[in-house]
Amino acid sequence: MSTISLDDDKTESQAPDDGAAADEAPPILELTHVRKTYATGAVEVEALRGIDLVVDEGDYVAVMGPSGSGKSTLMHILGCLDVPTSGRYRLAGVDVGVMDEEDLADVRNRRVGFVFQQFNLLPALAAQRNVELPLMYARVPRAERRRRATEALERVGLEDRLDHRPGELSGGQQQRVSIARALVTDPDLVLADEPTGNLDTASTLDVLSLFAELHEQGRTVVLITHERDVARQAGRTVLIRDGHLYHSHEEEVAATEALAATRIPLWEHSNEVER
Amino acid sequence: MTWADSFRTAYEAILARRMRSVLTMLGILIGIAAVMLTVGLGQGAQERVASAINALGSNLLIVTPGSTTSSSGFRGGQGSATTLTVGDADMLADPAIAPDVAAVAPASASNQALAAGSQTWTSSVVGTTPSWLTVRARTVTNGRFFTDADLASGNPVAVLGSTTAGELLTGNPIGQSVTVNSAQFTVIGVLDTQGTSSSTNLDDQVVVPMTTYSSRISTSTNPEAVSQIYLQAKDQKSLSAAYQEVTSALSTSHGVTAANADFTLSSQQSLVETATNTEHVLTVLLAGIAAISLLVGGIGVMNIMLVSVTERVREIGLRKALGATPAVILRQFLLEAGLLGLTGGVLGLAVGYAGAAVLPNLISQPVTISALSAVGALVVSLAIGLVAGVYPAQRAARLAPIDALRSE
Repeated sequence: MSTISLDDDKTESQAPDDGAAADEAPPILELTHVRKTYATGAVEVEALRGIDLVVDEGDYVAVMGPSGSGKSTLMHILGCLDVPTSGRYRLAGVDVGVMDEEDLADVRNRRVGFVFQQFNLLPALAAQRNVELPLMYARVPRAERRRRATEALERVGLEDRLDHRPGELSGGQQQRVSIARALVTDPDLVLADEPTGNLDTASTLDVLSLFAELHEQGRTVVLITHERDVARQAGRTVLIRDGHLYHSHEEEVAATEALAATRIPLWEHSNEVER
Repeated sequence: MTWADSFRTAYEAILARRMRSVLTMLGILIGIAAVMLTVGLGQGAQERVASAINALGSNLLIVTPGSTTSSSGFRGGQGSATTLTVGDADMLADPAIAPDVAAVAPASASNQALAAGSQTWTSSVVGTTPSWLTVRARTVTNGRFFTDADLASGNPVAVLGSTTAGELLTGNPIGQSVTVNSAQFTVIGVLDTQGTSSSTNLDDQVVVPMTTYSSRISTSTNPEAVSQIYLQAKDQKSLSAAYQEVTSALSTSHGVTAANADFTLSSQQSLVETATNTEHVLTVLLAGIAAISLLVGGIGVMNIMLVSVTERVREIGLRKALGATPAVILRQFLLEAGLLGLTGGVLGLAVGYAGAAVLPNLISQPVTISALSAVGALVVSLAIGLVAGVYPAQRAARLAPIDALRSE
């Protein structure tokens, strides 16, 4: 179901621009040589150094990496909150790297459902109103909005919490509200950034089983985490470190060893000094 | 996002920070109420002066002696010469010369010491003709006015203003005797009560026949000279025609041009304008100060909106992540600022109206709030809110979603 492509010919032939030739649906996500550099003061930080990633419809992919690995930057690019410095990113066949802010907002609205570590629910609004928000920006009439928000909350098992404000809900419940909000627009991609980072074990299991359910129902889920237990739930795990993406543990180990070989290990160096 | 949803979002944001919103509105409220009351006071004062001048008579024109140019070329000040005569008045009364003039009343006036028994009083004594009553739009409430016969024979009869009668006489004043400048007059009538005009009390005067005035009271060497000629135009529309006719008739008979005219013709309109000019300057000054307080209120709105944008960076980031375009964010914050301004304006309007109802009782000055200034206040308060909201709203709209989401 999932394809790992490493800048090979296959990627090129999959390009959906040639319309009629592609009888199979384009992948949901397609990143080609994506780089992202930030200028922080005088120093240029290279957060992503050429990422290639393909995620097909129905995939459940975990992106794992330590903090500072470029994981958040990748998530911002995947979620169309930011655009690559170079390289190409296609979301459901559409090149989003060339879009202006208005179009990006529209893509985020219709194609991406976000689940954040901090839940990011508006405290003044009841659960139902929070779930309605993306539909409000999509100009869906209020009655339909209400109906769809109720449905989404039923799906995450919160049908009896429609009128509760976030402050009246537990962390796990709040995260389920935000999952309902991510689902309500029926997006191409559910993008979860450390969704269990603020939850206790029981709520974590709760949320993870919800993602597993979504996956079974055919949703495309990309989950970003630094916890191995969480990543294990996904059908596929990719690793990100120092702005590089590795598609297997072996690949990462090889890369690390290659890097180590170019350096004199610290203890060897100190031994030499002692001698 | 539809406009209805934008409104709802802005409204809820204002409601969510109730205390702060109320305090912000207070700035606009005070400004709007202050501007409305100062402008209302000014308008009230102007209306009062205007109505007082209109009480002088309807469609009134007044000719006063103007400056004369002496042989040496010096021009005397206005009113310094006695260039108007009874003859001028007679001429202007001729329908062939001034067809739009309905009535003419020459008048001379001076302040005189009055006495009745042991009571004394000083008042303005006016010598005029019977048509004075029509021209000045007065009526006699008790007794009668003097007649052409009284005028012709120079009878010592007097008609008193209500104040004068009250000060001098007790009981029914008709038939009682009043001494003016050591001449005895018999009171034959009392005028209606009219109130105070801009400078003179219309109820404190003594009106006597012109002939009697010049023979018994006037100190002038020229018995024909008059200090004013009051004219009444036929109606409102013929006022300017009458103005032209009187000017040209007097110019021709005095042998002068507009440049060296020895008379001044003024209409009610010009009197009202002169009298309200001072009030107007004061009103503008006060309204200016009030407008500054309104400006300060507007800065308050801007300040609070900036704080609000900073506080709600995460909310803005979230809204953007969920699909809000920069334009939608801009609109939401603009509406919020506009609503703060407009609500402050509505409350200010209410306070202004309340003030207009209460204030006249406290300072005995009329306060007039016109519908135009009420609508203006609302428009201005909305505009102030919107203008104050532009910069904060732009900042909110320009926030990059990732920076906004990242902030803790």
